Amino acid sequence: MKPILSALAGLLAACALTAPALAGPATAFVHARLLTMGPAGEIADGAVVIRDGKIIAVGAGLKPPADAVVIDAKGAVITPGLFAANTVLGVREVNSVKGTDDAKSASSELGAAFDPQYGLNPDSTLVPVARLGGVTRAIVVPAPGGDGEGGGADEDGGSLFAGQALAIRLSGDLLYKPRLAVAMTFGEGGAGGSRGAEIGLLRARFEEVRLFKQNRAAYDRGELRDLKLSRADLEALIPVLEGREPLLVTVHRAADIRQVLAFAREQHLRVILNGAEEGWRVAGEIAAAKVAVILNATADLPRNFEIVGASLQNAAKLRAAGVEIAIVSPDPAHRVRELRYEAGSAVAQGLPYAAALEAITIAPARIFGLADQLGSLQPGRAADLVVWEGDPLEPRSLPTAIYIDGVAQPLRSRALDLRDRYETGDGAPR
Amino acid sequence: MPHLSRLASAAGPRRAVPWLAMTASLVLAACAAAPPPKPPVETAAPRPAAPPPKGLVPARDPYPSTYAAPVSGLVAIVHANIYTGTGEKILGGMVVFDAGKIVSVGPDGTPPAGAKVIDAKGRWVTPGLIDAHSHLGVFPAPAVTGQVDVNENIDPNTGYVWAEHSVWPQDAGFERARAGGVTSLLILPGSANLFGGRSVVLKNVPAVTVQAMKFPGAPYGLKMACGENPKGRYGARGRTPATRMGNVAGYRRGWIEAADYAKRWAAYDKKAAKGEGGEPPKRDLTLDTLAGALNGELLVQNHCYRADEMANLIDVSHEFGYHITAFHHAVEAYKIAPLLAREHICAAVWSGRWGFKMEAYDGIEENAALLAKAGVCVSLHSDDPNIIQRLNREAAVAQAAGRRAGIDIPDAVAIQWITLNSAKVMGVADRTGSLEPGKMADIVLWSADPLSIYAVADQVFIDGALQFDRAAPRRPSDFELGQNRGDLAQ
Repeated sequence: MKPILSALAGLLAACALTAPALAGPATAFVHARLLTMGPAGEIADGAVVIRDGKIIAVGAGLKPPADAVVIDAKGAVITPGLFAANTVLGVREVNSVKGTDDAKSASSELGAAFDPQYGLNPDSTLVPVARLGGVTRAIVVPAPGGDGEGGGADEDGGSLFAGQALAIRLSGDLLYKPRLAVAMTFGEGGAGGSRGAEIGLLRARFEEVRLFKQNRAAYDRGELRDLKLSRADLEALIPVLEGREPLLVTVHRAADIRQVLAFAREQHLRVILNGAEEGWRVAGEIAAAKVAVILNATADLPRNFEIVGASLQNAAKLRAAGVEIAIVSPDPAHRVRELRYEAGSAVAQGLPYAAALEAITIAPARIFGLADQLGSLQPGRAADLVVWEGDPLEPRSLPTAIYIDGVAQPLRSRALDLRDRYETGDGAPR
Repeated sequence: MPHLSRLASAAGPRRAVPWLAMTASLVLAACAAAPPPKPPVETAAPRPAAPPPKGLVPARDPYPSTYAAPVSGLVAIVHANIYTGTGEKILGGMVVFDAGKIVSVGPDGTPPAGAKVIDAKGRWVTPGLIDAHSHLGVFPAPAVTGQVDVNENIDPNTGYVWAEHSVWPQDAGFERARAGGVTSLLILPGSANLFGGRSVVLKNVPAVTVQAMKFPGAPYGLKMACGENPKGRYGARGRTPATRMGNVAGYRRGWIEAADYAKRWAAYDKKAAKGEGGEPPKRDLTLDTLAGALNGELLVQNHCYRADEMANLIDVSHEFGYHITAFHHAVEAYKIAPLLAREHICAAVWSGRWGFKMEAYDGIEENAALLAKAGVCVSLHSDDPNIIQRLNREAAVAQAAGRRAGIDIPDAVAIQWITLNSAKVMGVADRTGSLEPGKMADIVLWSADPLSIYAVADQVFIDGALQFDRAAPRRPSDFELGQNRGDLAQ
C-alpha cells in the first residue's frame, strides 16, 4: 500500500466525480445493478444520474445527458446510502470521556426541549468510520437524562423526556433536519419509579401542555397554576400533542408496548417504538396501530425481565405482520459501520432480503418523514449512494465509492490512518 | 517449584515430579475425586508420619470435571465443504467421527459401514467454534440484581477467586452461543483487578453444575488486567492503583510475594520428599494461583489494550520469569506485532469494537490481519454474549479489512482465528479446535459458507454428540422454561 499515492488518487477521483454546486454537470453511473428501494425496485443493468446533489434519473437503458461524466460501474451494486435509525453520531466521541458526550441533558428544566443539534461535532472521528460502512444518514437520538441507573428521570417528571431526535448527514457540518421526534423511555429505564407512576406522570404532563396551549396569555401573566414542565418543554411538546411530531418511545416488554399504544390512542399521539424486543408477541396490535418499530435484530438474550421474550425472529415476525421496521447498528456510536451486517443477520433468521435492505434505507426515512428526500434511488432524492463490490449485506463486500448529496466522500478514516502508519509490520511507525 | 504441579489439572502441562509419588497430596487428590471422602489409605510408598490436615497442601485437581459426553456412534458427514481448522479447505469432502473422536477428514469417499450418514451437499463443516474470552455464566442473562458474579470488585489482587465458582450453568447465553456454533469457551473473571482470579475452560454443553461443563484436563488460567479498569476502580476509592505505574507496581508486588511463596513450598516439598515432613507453609489461595502462573502451569490471560502497556507487561513477565499466553482485547496489538511474534504471545482481539474508552480509541478493523501478517497467533474473541453468537461474522469482517489493506487472508486461515488459535490460547489445541483424527469430535455443520452473513449452524456436535439441531425444538434454560421464550418458543 502506498497511502500517500492512494490518497492522491482518491482526491483526483473525488475532483473528477464531484458535481459543482449550481447547475453543474451531471454524473451518470451506468451498467450498475441498482437496488433502488423505490418503485423501480431492482434493476439488473441500469443507470443512475445525479446533478447538483440530487438524483435526476434512474432506470434501465437511460441515455446519460450529453454533459455527464459517465462512470461505468461494470456490474457493481449501487444502493442508496444506508440510514442508521438510532445513533449518537456526532454527539459522543469516547463513551467514558464525559466531556465528549453531548447526547443527553442533565437538567430537569430541559427534557423534551433538549436539542442535541447544538452539540454536533463535525470533526468526530466516528463519522468517517461509520461512513465507511456505507452509512450516509443517521438519526441522532438523545440519551435519557439524569444520572441515575438506567438514565431515569427525576421523580417529578421534569425529564420524562430525553429530548429531540434529529437527522444528520455523515459529511460536512452534519446537521440535516432537527426536531423529528421527542425521545423517551418507558419501563425499567423510565421515569417515576414504576410503570404506573410513569403513565400517570405522562398523563399529567400532557395535561399541562394542553392547559398551556390554551392559556398562553394567562401563563405569561403568571395567572396559570404552577406547571411542572418548563416553558421550553411545554413549547416542545405542543407539536407532539398535536400529532405533528412523533414520540419515539424506547420500550421493551410486550405489556409495556400495549400500554404505550393505549396511551398514544388515549392522547391522540403519534408514536414510534424503539427497541421492542417483545414486539413479535404483539405484532398484530402494533400493525393495527400503524406504528413503526426501530429494533436491534440480534438482541436475543433475556438480560432482564423486560425482554424475557427477546428473539432473533423479532424482525421477521414483525415484518410478516405488516409492521414497518428499521434495523439499528449493534451500538449507537462506534459500531454504526456494522449496520449492514445486522440487516444480513436478520436475513439469516428469516427476514426477506428486500425487507432487510429497506430496514436500513427507505424504512428509517419513512419512519421519520424523510422518504421524499432520502432512502431510495429516485429522481428528486438526495444523491446519497454507495457503490459496492457485491452484496451490501455481506461483510466481505466493501464499498468502493460513497456519495453524499452528490459529493464523493473520501474512503478514509482516522482508523485507516493508524493502519497505514503501522501496516509495514516492522514495528516502526511511519 | 515442583510442588506447583499439584495445581495443574490432570492432563495439563506438567513437569517431572518424583516427589509426587510419595507425598500425601497424591492420596488426598485421589480422595477428592472419590466421594464420599475416606481417610487417607496407607500406600506402599514411604511417607511422613502424619500428613498435614486436608486442604493445607494444595491438591492436584480439587474441583474435578464430571463432564461425560453422551454416548455417540459412528457418523459420516459427506459431500461437505470443509474448513479443517488447520488452514485447509476441502471442497466436497467427508468427515467421519466415532465415539466422540474424529476418525478421518478428507475428500469424499465411501462412508464406513454402519455409519449414520449426513448429506452435507452445499453445506459447510468447521471445527466447533471456540471463544477465548467470555463471561457467560459469570455475567449471565438475566444480569439482574443478584445475578452478576463477574468481578470480585474489592481488591486489586483477587487471585484467590476461581471463575468456575461464579458460573451459573442456566445462563441463557450458553444455548445461544451453542446455536452460533461455539463448542468450547474460556470463562474469565472480570477486568476490575490487576489479578482477577482463575479462569476456567468449559465445554458448551447443557448442564446443571459447572463441574459437568468443565473441559476435562484443560489447564487453568490467570486473568490479569492492564489499564483503565483497575486504575480507575481503585484510584477512585483512594487506593492504589490510581495510575498505570501503580498498576505495574501492583503486578510486581504480587509476583514478588508469589515467588517467595513458591520458594517456601519448594523447601517444604524437598523435605517432604525425604520423608522429613514438618509444617507446610501457610497456604494462600492468591499465591497458589500466582505461583502456578509463574511456574507455567496456569496460562496468563492478560486483558490489555495499549501497545505501550503490553510492552511493559512483557518486561514484567521477563523480570519474574513467566510467559504471557495471550493479550486479550489488545486493540493496539498491531502497533507491536513483531514484538508479540517474537515473544510467542497470542492476541485475542475483536474485529470491530473500538472507542468506548480511551484505551480503545486506536482500535482498527485490520488488527487481526496485520497481526497474522506479522506471524502472531490471532484469535477473534467475543467478551460479549451477542458477539459470541456470530464469531464467524467477526472472522469475515476481519478478513475483509485485511483485503482492504492488501493482506490476503485465505478463508481457511480466517476460520482458524475462531477455532484452532482460540484453542491454543486456552491450552487445549491438542484436543480440539481442528478436524484431525483423534481430536474431540467438536463439529459444526453450517447451512452455507460460515464466512457468509447468511450462514447459520444447522447442527453442532460436541464430543460427537448432537448438542444443537436447528430442526429440533430448542432447549431453554431453566430460567426461561415456562416463561414466554422468544427464540426458544417453538
